[in-house]
Amino acid sequence: MNPATKTASNTPKTKAFSPNGSEFSRIERKDLLTIEHLPTEVIIHLLDRSDYYLEFLKKSGPFQKSKVLEGRTVANLFFEASTRTRTSFELAERRLGADVVSLTPAVSSLAKGESVLDTIRVLEAMKVDAFVIRHNVSGVPKFLAEQLPEDIHVVNAGDGVHEHPTQALLDAAEMRAAMGDLKGKHIAIVGDILHSRVARSNAWLLKKLGSHVTFVAPDTLMPREISSVLGVETTHDLDSVLDTADAIMMLRIQMERQARGFFPSLEEYREQYGMTPERMLRSNALILHPGPINHGIELESEMVYGERSLVLRQVKRGVAVRMAVMEWVFS
Amino acid sequence: MDLLLRNVHLIDPSLQLDDSGLDLEIRDGVITRIGRGLKSDGEIRDLGGAIVAPGFFDMHVHLREPGQEYKETIETGLNAAMAGGFTSVCCMPNTEPSISDPFVVSYIKEKAAGHLVDLAICGTMTKDRKGDELSPMAALAKAGVKMISDDGAAVRSAEVMRRVFEYAQMFDLLVTQHCEEHSMTAGAAMNEGRVSTKLGLPGWPSVAEEIIIARDILLAEYVGGVRYHVAHVSTKGGVRLIREAKARAIKVSCEVTPHHFTLTDEAVEQHGTMAKMCPPLRTQEDVDAIIEGLVDGTIDCIATDHAPHAAHEKETDMVSAAMGIIGLETAIPLGLTHLVNAGHLTFAQYIELSSTNPRKLLGLPAIQIKEGERANLTIFDPTKKWRFAEGDILSKSHNTPFVGAEFIGKVVGTVNNGKAHFRA
Repeated sequence: MNPATKTASNTPKTKAFSPNGSEFSRIERKDLLTIEHLPTEVIIHLLDRSDYYLEFLKKSGPFQKSKVLEGRTVANLFFEASTRTRTSFELAERRLGADVVSLTPAVSSLAKGESVLDTIRVLEAMKVDAFVIRHNVSGVPKFLAEQLPEDIHVVNAGDGVHEHPTQALLDAAEMRAAMGDLKGKHIAIVGDILHSRVARSNAWLLKKLGSHVTFVAPDTLMPREISSVLGVETTHDLDSVLDTADAIMMLRIQMERQARGFFPSLEEYREQYGMTPERMLRSNALILHPGPINHGIELESEMVYGERSLVLRQVKRGVAVRMAVMEWVFS
Repeated sequence: MDLLLRNVHLIDPSLQLDDSGLDLEIRDGVITRIGRGLKSDGEIRDLGGAIVAPGFFDMHVHLREPGQEYKETIETGLNAAMAGGFTSVCCMPNTEPSISDPFVVSYIKEKAAGHLVDLAICGTMTKDRKGDELSPMAALAKAGVKMISDDGAAVRSAEVMRRVFEYAQMFDLLVTQHCEEHSMTAGAAMNEGRVSTKLGLPGWPSVAEEIIIARDILLAEYVGGVRYHVAHVSTKGGVRLIREAKARAIKVSCEVTPHHFTLTDEAVEQHGTMAKMCPPLRTQEDVDAIIEGLVDGTIDCIATDHAPHAAHEKETDMVSAAMGIIGLETAIPLGLTHLVNAGHLTFAQYIELSSTNPRKLLGLPAIQIKEGERANLTIFDPTKKWRFAEGDILSKSHNTPFVGAEFIGKVVGTVNNGKAHFRA
């Protein structure tokens, strides 16, 4: 079915496949689904625009809304709980002048792609111009984008273990602001790599900007093929990267992973993989964390607000980056 | 039925027969004459040199009846088999209710009665496929069941598997395992490898299949008399284990699906859920090992694991989607295109994999293409170039990634039980 011929009165046939490669990729769609497929020049444009919007947001007094998205309606569909990312997107959209609806449908572990599709169809009928989607299953934003006409945009706010593009963009923007050109810089990403979409999106992006990336994780949390898929170095020894890393990104460890047997205890995890005060002394690296932080495990509390930490700046940058992204998909 | 098939190429490996330019006459379902320049006053079909082989047998299909008739019924499934060139299939027991009791066997037999395609029936190995208690194998065997399996799931307990082997061997039942170490595959959407890592999807590591194959080979060896069969083998390691076991004269056999000798996990990127099956598509190394296994005889037969699913069960994300694709109508085109025409197998080898060996495993009488024998024939044109269209599909479900695929080799017709079916 050719989406270009779809009209409001057609009942679009859901496509599960295309025989001759992806029909979907032949159509010019403006979505932000992955960093993997995002051209470097677009990445740089988005980083630059986020600088502009960061300045815009610094203005004090009652907010002057930008009119970039005036008259547009954006629906935030968060099928996986997230207050910070959702709020960040909502603020970004509203600051650009859009009308915003947010849905956080109750999602059980058996949530199916088909109910997402039903929701989308309903909102589409109400003339929503863009969907920002977070889902616990990888590939759902792409699956949905393939069902939508090309003038409705899809932004991936995090899909399963696959990608979290806006997180990577804001991380890179802050690192760039703090360190200058990221080419040749060494970035270490530490923690539960196996279950981290943040690690993957960051790796794709940093490699495109010419950085060296090392993933640090116990072997139980390091996917076997990650090195060849992403072109990153891997190690289970955090201490080995302390003197060469320009920036160290700590990932949140999820407590239930211990229960599922990936590591024996939080104490042992912290001892091996935490940025302890002692490790901080042995390194000059800037510290990042996508949040929320497990205080005392990945980072000590006082470090979070210390001068080498970019954590708070990451949060501010998040809104600016999302403004840049929403502006771009509609351009 | 009075039918003269003119100008056929007969290949019957069991008779060392490979001869073209022949005419074959069938009357009342029996081959009456084979010769050259035959005359007849009945129906005459000129087959233009098409190959006539002993009827193909697909020993692993899911007909979904009783219980899931919205996906397929015995009737639609057997029609798809017939169109696909099969004269016989064996249906798997994960129906609702499962084939754990002779009354389900009778129900299915009745539904299949009178069709061109013969239906062999596989029973469960444990009650209701739960993996705990032995199924009533004596009663099932008496009802005509020749093979047992809990297909869809593996028997998790080695102790239970031992008892299944010990009990089944008394009735010479073929014990077929769906080899999957379930503790390693919870939530898996595809093969664990580079593609799953890239797509961020939970993966099914190949070692999870190999573990059960290894376990069962050791148990079968320990028990001693049982005939063990590995369903839908998909891994290089699995093929190797089976080869080594055969070298030790253990009674193990195995089957492979056409999708496992043609596609890799990269198909997921293009076809999404239409490339989701269990066991999953693997890597090129696995495909190469499977073809090697087909060539050297490690793999005994080709079986489709025909798994119909309704559209809504596939039109969703990779984790939620149902596993499996239909296969009856693409099996022979895939085999001809990618095994025979690709130069890996001769026609004789391909026929042994598709007809001779599966029949032997299920204890069915061998088919011979000679005068006096009942006509049980698969007819195909191995040179015909064509494109598979969705409109061609006779199965009730259309879940296949091969729509639009181009093949070299097409089924012409099927003859069995006094009936003949020719494709348009």
